Formats: sequence, structure tokens, C-alpha cells
Amino acid sequence: MSSTKYILGLFDDPDEMMHGIDKLQKNSIPIYDVYTPMPIHGIEAKLGIKDSRLGYAAFMFGCLGGTTIFTMVYYFLVHDWPMNIGGKPHFAVPDFIPVTFEWSVLFASFGMAFTFFYSTHLFPGRAPRVMDLRATNDRFVIAIDAKGNTPHEDITSLLKEAGAVEIKHNDRKYVSYE
Amino acid sequence: METNNSFNEQFEFSGKLKTYSLVAIVVGIVAIALGFFLNTEREFANLLLCGYYFTCVCIAGVFFCALQYAAQAGWSASILRVPQAFAKVLPYAAAILILVVALGIFTPQQVITEEGHQTIKGTMLYKEWAPKEITTKGSEAYNAVIAGKSGYLNIPFFFVRMAFYLIAYSILGLMLVKYSNNEDELGGMFNYKKSFNISAAFLAIFGFTVPLFAFDTIMSLDAHWFSTMFGWYNFAALWVSGLSVITLLLISLRKQGYFTWVTVDHLHNLGQLMFGFSIFWTYLWFAQFLLIYYANIPEEAAYFYKRWEPEFQPWFWLNIVVNFLAPFLVLMARDSKRAVPVLKTACIILICGHWLDYYIMIMPATVGPKGRGFGVQEIGTFLGFAGLFTFLFFTALSKFKSLVPKNHPFLQESLHHHI
Repeated sequence: MSSTKYILGLFDDPDEMMHGIDKLQKNSIPIYDVYTPMPIHGIEAKLGIKDSRLGYAAFMFGCLGGTTIFTMVYYFLVHDWPMNIGGKPHFAVPDFIPVTFEWSVLFASFGMAFTFFYSTHLFPGRAPRVMDLRATNDRFVIAIDAKGNTPHEDITSLLKEAGAVEIKHNDRKYVSYE
Repeated sequence: METNNSFNEQFEFSGKLKTYSLVAIVVGIVAIALGFFLNTEREFANLLLCGYYFTCVCIAGVFFCALQYAAQAGWSASILRVPQAFAKVLPYAAAILILVVALGIFTPQQVITEEGHQTIKGTMLYKEWAPKEITTKGSEAYNAVIAGKSGYLNIPFFFVRMAFYLIAYSILGLMLVKYSNNEDELGGMFNYKKSFNISAAFLAIFGFTVPLFAFDTIMSLDAHWFSTMFGWYNFAALWVSGLSVITLLLISLRKQGYFTWVTVDHLHNLGQLMFGFSIFWTYLWFAQFLLIYYANIPEEAAYFYKRWEPEFQPWFWLNIVVNFLAPFLVLMARDSKRAVPVLKTACIILICGHWLDYYIMIMPATVGPKGRGFGVQEIGTFLGFAGLFTFLFFTALSKFKSLVPKNHPFLQESLHHHI
């Protein structure tokens, strides 16, 4: 019983990596994830990754921001301390719109950033979890969960055939724990 | 990747589409004739509305091309023939607009003063500044405010400006079409570079003159009032309606079996632009409104006062619902921009919405609350212009030897566009 946890195929060319994905899929070998130093068009569809739900988070945060400030301004200027500004009614909705808009944008943008950090485990002071350090530099990495997958040698030779420049059998999932 | 598209295919304009567009033109002519018979002034207002709308949509086509060339955009290369056909229609639209404006200015209108016995000669359009009496000292109708503006707002200079804008836009638009056609024949980068330079020149001229074009054609109907936001507000309307028409035509062409290379990704991009610029329109609309509301100066508030009359108020609100809330809610989600029926609905909403937007700009300043109406005249005139646009657009498109700029340097990028 080998102690290999993950098999990594390192490619130096995105097209060959896409080829490699095709090959693994043809042999029904499940792919754990793929790491690339730059975005590659069409890869989400190929790997069957679900659409990001970040947009929904942004919408909800925007609604929250808008409601918060509108309530606050209503409380300040209508309920708590009504002021006569140019003879306008106290509850002059058009005057409230710019600040409502700004807070919607502010909450949506901060909310999106924090949601993204949360879902990708990026926090200040925490080392990012990386399966191979060169995936952020010049290598296109396909990761395969070794557990329960057909003979590791077969996977290795498949990756080699597809043009992987290096194949790693890693005993630990991430190379950069804390 | 291989693509199995025949780029040498030409558009053939025939069948139902041609019949319908001709029927719409006939309906329009009948409606316009009927309108002149029933209520001449209201018909002039309608003609100005539709003529302006028609011209603006064509200008938006030229602007689209110029923007893509100047930004060296790749995604749009395979759909450029559609806005290029708009550029080919622009000279006709410009001629119709100038004709309508000229007829409106030179057709006299009898105005009965409050005493009921004296008649003063007015004009059908631009009656706040065009009649001679208004700027003639000692005349009953003399108006010092308008007389002070007559250095700019006088008939000869007005036509010189109008002709300048429209001729400049038309010529530059046609040059873009010409270089694109040359590119098809010759290949190479020479024509692309030329197009880039023309586009840059167009954008500079357009940027400086499009607010003036809106000031002259529409804002001078309310000659006492002025707003520096008005030009950009009109530009936003021009751009959103132009994008909606481009998208709608692309969807229709795809349905007819042309433009097979246009994928849902291209439509998604157009949907994003429509969505974004609808928000931009709202932003400008609101920026104009808020400052006037907040300052509450009578000279400025007069514009909204007129549009707040009970005859116009429901339309005023509907304008915001149709042009802001509808695209905002319909087009916000990614999936709805990629669903062709939804996108098509949004296009139709926006096209009707911007008609209403122009209606709210023009009608209170021409016919006023008492003469306001929505009936055969409005619908018929709009149908006529829509038919004319459809007819001229598809005729122009069928003249292209190929439906795609074959040697455009970014063509492959556009064919494999993916978002």
C-alpha cells in the first residue's frame, strides 16, 4: 500500500494540459482539480465546474447595503432630527438616492471580496494552500486523488503520454501547510 | 478548432420580411397623411420624434463600429456588418431628419393671442425661438431671453450645424464601411489601420458634437430651459436604443439562418452592454433630475413642471420603469443574458422604452398637455419609420458581398469568442 495521496501531472503548455484532461476523462479517471498560472478559456465547462455564485452574494450584499443606509437616513432625517432643507418635505426620497446607491456599491464590493476570501480560504496571515508551488509560476497542474483510483502506474503513463513534463506522487495534499 | 461557416454567403432580402417592412411603410404613410389632416402640429412632433430616433439609431451603428476599431476589440469582428449597414442607412435618416426639421420650421402656424383677435405667425416646430417676431424688437411676441440666445439659436446657423453633424457622421461612417470592404478584397493591415484612424477622428468629433446635436434638435424645443446633462442623457438613450436594435437584428438574422457564427457569447456581450448602459442612462436621467429638484430654481424646474402635468405624469413614471427597472431586473442575471428569448424581450422593451423617453422629451415642449395624445398617429408614424429602417437596413445588408469582414485581423478571435 503506497502512501501516495495525490498524483500531480505537471505540464508546461496549456494545450497539452487540456489534452491531458481529455485523456484522463476518456479513461474515466476522476480529476480532483486543475491549477493554472493564468485563466484558461473553456476549462470550467470541460471540468464540469458549476457557475460561480459570487454574483448572487454581490446582489444580496448590495440589497443589504441599500436597505441599511436608507433605514439610517430615514431615522436621522425624518424621525430623529427632521430639518428644513430648502423647504423640501422631510422624507425627500430623491435626496436619499445617491447615498443609498453608494452604500449598495460599497457593501456589494466589500461583500464580494470577503465572500471570495472566505470561499478560497485566503485570510491575512495564513499561508495559501497550494498543491504545487510552480502552479503559480509556469506549470499547468492536473491533480488526481490517488485514493481508490486505478493502478497509479497507469495514471502516470497516461499523463506522460499526454505530454506531462513531470509527474509527482505526493504524500501530503498541500506543500505549503502554514 | 474548425469552423464550418460560409463567409461568402450573401444576405438575400425577400419573402415575408420584405413584405412586412413594405406594409409597415405604407401604414406609416397613411398614418402620417391622416395625422396631418387631423392634427398637424402633433404630427410634426411625431415626425421629429421618429426622425430623431431613426437617425440616432443609425449614428449608434457608426459609433459601435468606431468604438470597436478604436478599442481594437476582437469579440465583435464577426458581427460588424450589422452596425456597418446602419452606417449605410444613416445618410437617408439624416436627410429625413433635416427635411422634417425644415418643414417644421418653415410651416407657419396661426397662433391666436389671449385677446382672441390678433393672430401671430408661429412655426410648427421650435416655436419658442424660430419665429422672427420673437427676436424682433418692438414686436408683440418679443422675448428678451430668446433674443439673447439668438446668436446661437437662429435659423441659418441652426441648419449649418445640423448639416455639419449629420454629414460628418455619415461620411465617416461610410468611410469605415468602404475600408472594411476594401479589406475583404485586399487583405493585409493597411485598411485596418485606416479604419482605426477614421474611428479615432469620428470619436473625437462625435464626442464634442453629440451633446450639441441633442441640444439643437430636442432641447431647443424648450428654448428657455437648458441643462448641460441633456446632451449626455440623449447620448445614453442613443447608445442603449442602438445596442438594442443591433441585438434584436442579430437575433432575427440568426433565426433566418444567417450569422451562424454568432454564439450566445456574443449575445451575452451585447446584453451586458445593454444592461450597463441602461444603468448609465438612469444615472444621467437622475443626475439631471436631482440637481434640478434640489436647487428648485424656477427656470430649471419648469422642464419637470411641464412633465409633471397630470397628462404626462403617468408616462413620466412609466419611462423610468421601462428604461431602468425592466432592463435592470430582466438583464441582471448571467443566465438571462444568455437566454435568447429573454434577451429579445429586453430589446423590444428597450426599443419601445426609448421611444417613450423621446416622447417625454418632445411632446410637452411641442403640443403641450392639451394637445397630447397617444393613438393612430403615434403608433402609425412609429410603425412607418420602423418599416423604413428595416427595409433600408436589410437592403444595405444584402449589398455586402460577405456577411463577415473576411480579412479582419481579429476575426478568428471573434469566431472563437468565449466568456
